[in-house]
Amino acid sequence: MSNLLWLIPALPFAGSLILIVAGSKLPKKYVPLIGSGSVGVSAFITLLIGMEFITSESGSVIKQVLWQWIDVAGFSPAFGFHLDSLSLVFIFVITFVGFLIHVYSAEFMAEDEGYARFFAFLNLFVGSMLILVLADNLLLLYFGWEGVGLCSYLLIGFWYQEEKNGSAARKAFIITRVGDTAMAIGLFMIFKTMGTVNLVDIQGQATSVWTVGSYEVTLIALLLLGGAVGKSAQLPLQSWLPDAMAGPSPVSALIHAATMVTAGVYLIARTHVVFELAPTAQFVVGVLGAVTLLMAGFSALTQYDLKRVLAYSTISQIGYMFLALGIGAWSSAIFHFMIHAFFKALLFLAAGAVIMALHHEHDMFKMGGLRKKLPVIYWTFLIGAASLAALPLITAGFYSKDQILWLAWAGEKGNTWFFLAALVGAFITAIYTFRMVFLTFFGEEKTQVSHVPGSLINIPLIVLAVLSTGAGFIEVPHSLGHLQWFTDFLSPLLPITIIRPGIESTEWMIQLLAAGLSIGGAGLAYYFYGVRPSLHIQIKNAIPQVHNFLLKGWRFDSLYDWTFVKPFVYLSNVNKNDLVDWPFNALVTVAGFIHRLFAFTQSGILRWYLIGIVVGAILILTLGILI
Amino acid sequence: MTTIPAEYGLVLATVLFMLGLISLLIRRNIVFMLISVEIMLNAAGLAFIVAGSRWSQADGQVMFLFILTMAAAEVSVGLALILQIYHQLKTVNSDEASKMKG
Amino acid sequence: MILPGFIVSLMGGGILAWIASQKSLVLTRWISLLTVTVNLLGALVVWWQQPGVSSLWLLDYSIPWIPQFGISVHLAVDGLSLLMLLLTFFLGAIAVLISWKEIQNRVGLYHFCLLWVLAGITGVFLAMDLFLFFFFWEVMLIPMFFLIIIWGHENSRYAAFKFFIFTQASGLLMLVAILGLYFVNGNQTGNYTFDYFHLLEANIAPGVAMWLMLGFLAAFAVKLPVVPFHTWLPDAHSQAPTAGSLILAGLLLKTGAYGLLRFIVPLFRDQAMVIAPWAMAIGVFGIIYGAILAFSQTDLKRLVAYTSVSHMGFIMLGVFSFNELAAQGVVMQMITHGISTGALFILAGFIYERIHTRDITRMGGFWKSMPFLGACGLVFAMASLGLPGLGNFVAEFLTLVGAWQATHKFTIIATLGLVAATIYSLRILQKVFYGTQASATMLVDLSIRERFIMMALVVSIIWLGLFPQPILNTSKQPVKTILEVPDTARTKDKSMQIEIVSIQGKGGRYE
Repeated sequence: MSNLLWLIPALPFAGSLILIVAGSKLPKKYVPLIGSGSVGVSAFITLLIGMEFITSESGSVIKQVLWQWIDVAGFSPAFGFHLDSLSLVFIFVITFVGFLIHVYSAEFMAEDEGYARFFAFLNLFVGSMLILVLADNLLLLYFGWEGVGLCSYLLIGFWYQEEKNGSAARKAFIITRVGDTAMAIGLFMIFKTMGTVNLVDIQGQATSVWTVGSYEVTLIALLLLGGAVGKSAQLPLQSWLPDAMAGPSPVSALIHAATMVTAGVYLIARTHVVFELAPTAQFVVGVLGAVTLLMAGFSALTQYDLKRVLAYSTISQIGYMFLALGIGAWSSAIFHFMIHAFFKALLFLAAGAVIMALHHEHDMFKMGGLRKKLPVIYWTFLIGAASLAALPLITAGFYSKDQILWLAWAGEKGNTWFFLAALVGAFITAIYTFRMVFLTFFGEEKTQVSHVPGSLINIPLIVLAVLSTGAGFIEVPHSLGHLQWFTDFLSPLLPITIIRPGIESTEWMIQLLAAGLSIGGAGLAYYFYGVRPSLHIQIKNAIPQVHNFLLKGWRFDSLYDWTFVKPFVYLSNVNKNDLVDWPFNALVTVAGFIHRLFAFTQSGILRWYLIGIVVGAILILTLGILI
Repeated sequence: MTTIPAEYGLVLATVLFMLGLISLLIRRNIVFMLISVEIMLNAAGLAFIVAGSRWSQADGQVMFLFILTMAAAEVSVGLALILQIYHQLKTVNSDEASKMKG
Repeated sequence: MILPGFIVSLMGGGILAWIASQKSLVLTRWISLLTVTVNLLGALVVWWQQPGVSSLWLLDYSIPWIPQFGISVHLAVDGLSLLMLLLTFFLGAIAVLISWKEIQNRVGLYHFCLLWVLAGITGVFLAMDLFLFFFFWEVMLIPMFFLIIIWGHENSRYAAFKFFIFTQASGLLMLVAILGLYFVNGNQTGNYTFDYFHLLEANIAPGVAMWLMLGFLAAFAVKLPVVPFHTWLPDAHSQAPTAGSLILAGLLLKTGAYGLLRFIVPLFRDQAMVIAPWAMAIGVFGIIYGAILAFSQTDLKRLVAYTSVSHMGFIMLGVFSFNELAAQGVVMQMITHGISTGALFILAGFIYERIHTRDITRMGGFWKSMPFLGACGLVFAMASLGLPGLGNFVAEFLTLVGAWQATHKFTIIATLGLVAATIYSLRILQKVFYGTQASATMLVDLSIRERFIMMALVVSIIWLGLFPQPILNTSKQPVKTILEVPDTARTKDKSMQIEIVSIQGKGGRYE
């Protein structure tokens, strides 16, 4: 069964190839069949391999090398796959959530003329993402890493005729590429020191090559972090993600919420050995996570566009994952990734359905009262929102986020500031989440519903809603019965977080506090947007600058515009005609001048030449006589 | 038979040469310029003869015969060219025939 | 016999095609296509039959030409030359195919020039006699000049003369250096010869060798082109006909890179190591400079030309890193850049045939009417920004990994060049294929012939990206030989050896 591993990424690639080559000629009904079918079969194979993997002894891995990619002077990355518990979690989420989103897209994109192109790109994305998480070496990981970047670019710019989509797509590609460059340099350093880019070798040799906190390993960790920060839209490279929402909603759900943006989390978890050797870098990961989750959370509070709220919320939630990585809570980060993939995909898909139903209306303030008109979407969205806001006990988000909160407080590498940031973040999350719910589904109806989604949209929503509540129960904290299936599953690979001694007893207090804050946040949102709707407008008008500042995402776009974009464009335009050409043209001009000077003597008048001869003869004679 | 001193002959040759040269420089008519060239050639020939008789050598006269034949050839080619110039440009003014101007 | 056969058949085919044009233009085209294809097959057979990676020189052919001066027709092929030959014939065949409809006047002369350029390039890649090398260097220059000036665009006179003067002036410096090498070696050994293998063992005083190397470097740096000498390239590229641009970008530039590997490094190793930091600095500067200039161009072909300048910087960086990784990266870069940039020029040509402009401000939204063209444009824009899975990634990554062993700061800047490459590549896509449709009339997508050309290029660039190992295996032995210090040099002179060591020590320190 494990021999089929290569099929998991190969099938989506094959689907993509078929759709690219023959997509425009195929009858329309076959297009989603190929598109979702290939991912569906991949998901099925994942399930089979996952079964085998779980029943086999723990700590085992499945390896499969397809062919030697490059082999030059010791640099020998292969096209090889490596399946362990970490990658299993990822391929499970990618194939299953990916499959659901493909099914959803079959209906959602049905009216679009680029139907086949959409599925081709989406399949290409799933294939690349699977390569990313299955790669057994850093170069192949980089292959998938850039591949998903390309697909992200293509799908954000899917409606290529819109200028807005084109520039958002370019922005996303270029900003993530900046991070990728850092990662590439990290890769060079790793290869130079270790002579290998194989992930298992790196993991095995790291402790013998580097000492804890050495300059080199810290630098490598920071460079890898650069890549992760770009892909996962963390500070300071986060500004592409909100604009990326210009793409179709299934794309936002799959790429910009569930899978691609968490690639950074995967990278850090995968190279956790390096980060454990570089405590400074790991601390930076935590700080970036904490700051990002707060900044993005505040920005989410002010957005009008439904999808932009979700985008900032994604940045914020990935901030939680980075925070978890920063405090060494590896499995908590991965757990939160999985749960987040479920509920955020759900929220995006539901938001997409709402937007489609309201004829491409993105502004939440023009929505409202959809509770009755779109009941399925309302209930599923509510479940997703509850999970995002981490309402206690019943939602999966509670269990995953609670773990991070607890470890930020109690973990060996945690501290009060991390804990406070996470706590405040949780409170804000609850507010903006329920702000969304109340604005969209409650109140009076402001826009007519033009299209009620069919079953292909509803089924994925319901499945994801079930997962958004049920998936949390595989990991239950000590105080509520203690279950650790997920952590145990990952534990041979990812070390368990050490808890400061004598602090276990406070766990229930932390939980109570978190639960209280999330319920309080929801209540506050209800007060602002349900009870006294005029209040938030008053606040907005009282501090317009602050509101605008947050609305524009802390003005990072303007900052980068002034520091990078404008100088580059200026430099480029100023030198459009290539200054280096000047000396050569000057040479031509000088030669031309001298030419004209001598041409002047050739007057064509015979007697001038005669005078020349005579004067010349006299001169020579005189010289002959004198000398 | 009294001999004429060689200096006299040379002075005559020089005068002739200078006359030819000056007329070559100041004339614009190509025909006259050709004539001036002939005068200069003959001046050179005279100098050869004088020198030949001074040292009683035949070489001077041999050289003059060369110059004579050369002058004949030159005149025929030159006149042909002048005719062509006149045909093409309808002028024998050398200043106006400046098509080779750079 | 197959080696002179390559050159003679191309020259003969050129003459035959010219003669045939009196009768039928179709015949002319078929003759030149057939000539190049037969050569391609021949080169493939040589590749197929290569007796294992262990042997360095696969074929060797030598007859005296002017024995009084030690000049012979000495042709030889190793893995590096063979790869270059394959690239030459592959792109040559494509050049004939894209000219099928584009060239309508003086077809016979055109194909004559085309095939003679190819013959010259083939000769350059095969010649193992410096005099013969210089001869072919000139052979490829003159027909190229006519290709640009006769079949070029509106400003082709200026471009052709600029190209000619730059190349010729630098070529003369190389000639002086070749003669210098010839006499210095002759004076020392008494054996006056232009033969490459003899000159490899020449023992030249370092001061003289430096000047000789600079002479060679001048020719190769202009051809490559290295940044202060690159300005002929945008003009020549933008004015040449499509096939001309393809051959310029795909092949002529590669002769410069080939020269660096074949002549500069083995003949003047110590001097090359001395100038290595400068050479790398210039290369890296070129990467960034070309990328920034590419961003602001509005002429599509000019834009692509500046991307060439940028990509060729990687070659300077790689060659002067002096290690196998980087050198293998350079070989890959030569091949993949030939294909990907050539393809971008072909795309520009296709667009020009449809809308009669190269101005990208008058393009846009072509994806809608020409999805096939759009998909190809996407592939090659991605290749140019170095997307993994396409050949250019392997090339640039190997170069950078190798360069990292030699220098850190230059490699970091070069890696930033990848970001700049992203910026200009995406700008091409945005301006040409995205946005609302610029042209009012519906544009026709590619014809069968055009699709065939593009598919050949797309398949090869993907193949090179996923399975680069056959190429790397072929060039492995030559690259190793070029890089390793020969034993004779070590034992010949003790003091010399000490000098090498000290220079290598310096080489390691400038990171």
